[in-house]
Amino acid sequence: MILSQELHEHHEPAGFLRKYIFSTDHKVIGIQYLLTAMFMALVAAFLAILIRIQQAWPETAVVAPETYLSLVTMHGTLMVFFVISLALVSAFGNFLIPLQIGARDMAYPFLNMLSYWVIVPACLLMIASFFVEGGAAAAGWTAYPPLSALKEAVPGSGLGQTLWLLGMALFIASFTMGGLNFLTTILNLRTKGMSMMRLPLVVWTFLISTILGLLSFPALTAAAIMLLLDRHAGTSFFMPAGIVIGEKVLSHGGGTPLLFQHLFWFLGHPEVYVLVLPAVGIAFEVIAAFARRPPFGYRISVYALLVIAFLSMIVWGHHMFTSGMNPYVGEYFSTATVLITVPFAVLGLNLIASLWRGRLRLQTPMLFGLGIISAIGTGGLGGLYLGTAASDIYFHETYFVVGHFHFMIGTVTFFAIFAGIYYWFPKMFGRRMSERLGMIHFWLTIIPMFSAFILMHVQGIGGNLRRTYDPSSYAFNEPVRFMHVWITVLTFVLSAGQILFLVNFFWSLLFGRKAEDNPWEATTLEWSVSSPAPHGNWGAELPVVESGAYSYDPSSSDKDFLLQAPSWKTSQ
Amino acid sequence: MMWWFIVSDALLFAGFLASYGFNRLASDVWPDRTQVFHMNFIVAMTFILISSSATMATAVAAASKRDRKVILRFLLLTLLGGICFLGMQAFEWTALIRQGARLDSNPWGAPAFSAFFFMITGFHGTHVLIGVIILAVVFNMARKEKCTAEGVELAGLYWHFVDLVWVFIFGSFYLL
Repeated sequence: MILSQELHEHHEPAGFLRKYIFSTDHKVIGIQYLLTAMFMALVAAFLAILIRIQQAWPETAVVAPETYLSLVTMHGTLMVFFVISLALVSAFGNFLIPLQIGARDMAYPFLNMLSYWVIVPACLLMIASFFVEGGAAAAGWTAYPPLSALKEAVPGSGLGQTLWLLGMALFIASFTMGGLNFLTTILNLRTKGMSMMRLPLVVWTFLISTILGLLSFPALTAAAIMLLLDRHAGTSFFMPAGIVIGEKVLSHGGGTPLLFQHLFWFLGHPEVYVLVLPAVGIAFEVIAAFARRPPFGYRISVYALLVIAFLSMIVWGHHMFTSGMNPYVGEYFSTATVLITVPFAVLGLNLIASLWRGRLRLQTPMLFGLGIISAIGTGGLGGLYLGTAASDIYFHETYFVVGHFHFMIGTVTFFAIFAGIYYWFPKMFGRRMSERLGMIHFWLTIIPMFSAFILMHVQGIGGNLRRTYDPSSYAFNEPVRFMHVWITVLTFVLSAGQILFLVNFFWSLLFGRKAEDNPWEATTLEWSVSSPAPHGNWGAELPVVESGAYSYDPSSSDKDFLLQAPSWKTSQ
Repeated sequence: MMWWFIVSDALLFAGFLASYGFNRLASDVWPDRTQVFHMNFIVAMTFILISSSATMATAVAAASKRDRKVILRFLLLTLLGGICFLGMQAFEWTALIRQGARLDSNPWGAPAFSAFFFMITGFHGTHVLIGVIILAVVFNMARKEKCTAEGVELAGLYWHFVDLVWVFIFGSFYLL
């Protein structure tokens, strides 16, 4: 492996196809992931807009009821697995890990390329499923059986659900390949002097999320295999006796859908942390660079991350309080869930404390960084109510849940993606993004997002059910139903802001101001190399790290930072 | 990386076996294992697979000493053990299927029993088959002296893992 990397480094691929399409360069792969995620985000956002129109003005019946179920299902699936996972973990992980630890590339460059080219057909399968007979999968992003297991259940349970399962299988395969690669790279390819405790915090979060992913995805694989057998081989792993469809009793029997829920959430809950932890990591990077001081409590933050990772594996039951579980089991899951708030509050307070006595530079990445802190705090509060079994039983089927998880894995992660893009754009493309458009984009993002999701919490307290096609069909929805219109209008404002972002992104890509090597005066290794980072990253000699990741000196007003490998540039 | 792959793969089997336990505890009736399986045959199968782990360990030890003759001999023995196990499993499956066991039903009651049995042993059998292919490739490379000690060790790691999984499957299907 080492040998092939050395050869690789001296022979930069020449052809367009090898350089930009089938590249094994981690930076190109990272950017490919980012662009793919952006495209999938557009698809998923379009679905969200249709959902919102249907909720605000149900009398227009913009989509049919069964299509509405497909929209909700695919919006969730695409956003969680094909937008946020790809952008936060795969894109930033690939781009940043080798640059920040001082490696020339990933440990297995070919495997890395393969993991990207497995994702592409997965995305295509997901999109194609909208155009097959019966439409896309309609069993929710959680794919609960029997809806997902019986082809006759709803139109989307036919070919659409099969394509969904195949797409997810490819996604898991790709994520496993990528995860093994991340792990090996971080553990084995760190440059001289880069001890674990000198790693930038974002690399720590990538490490912990990939470990979480590798430990939790097999449960979903197992569930998906059993679901496929149920659908196509006549087994009844997830189906109890006596299911009736169209006045016909099915021959299935002996299984239980609860089993699927356990397996799914054994993956599903850690998956939330797979997404949220890198977001926290990006917040640490950005806040350190723009508050001009080291993050508060580096060591404690690392320990908190490890504790969160451990606890997140043993709390999946809090998604199933309404499944009729034994109250003592519910008690345990409640306690464990509320326990997670302790290390998470440590992270949040460390982020806030990192601002203390800093000299803040309120540029676009920093605005989004501050947004992350705010969203973690606001969204986390709702989590307390949902983590407690007693209140969750009321809130579970309402918009409270929708509001809460859109705060945590919608707002927090998207702010992190934006912060990351604004922050590392110069290193990715060698150009600067427009600050002014960035600021407008920030305000057009934070105001509608916070308002819409807080309104959803309020609707939830008012009892508005989630998963309803037509909210006007229940009289008890009426007192809070007018808020649906507000939320939909906010969605339009939000969309306008994102169009601005896309304009800024592509315009800056082509015509942006040329970036210096270290435009933000940050300390981590990637800012030592030129912008955009060259093939092979480090030229003839690998950097030698002489200090921790954040050598900022808030008291000095002249040159207040020190790169991690200060002597590397001069040796070139 | 091999270790992490194994941990991840082990959790896949853990997921299957946990589901099996979940289903079995939840159902009222379950077939009597002594009426379904021929224990002597299964014990022989298990013995062969465990022995192949021992021969593999010898091959790995020989690889670190670069003793080509011993490596080849013990790799071949391991390979034979794996093929033997697969053949016996195929024989067992055929016998059960002839008696009427299917994925959705079986003559001993509790349809989930045969579904779990075929799925889990089938998955394990696939792992053994992949292991046999890996061993064949390693054997061929060792014959041409193109194989490193590390390569043999990694193949061995995977092989031991597959054997270990069998111990759990053996315990949960044939003993409990």
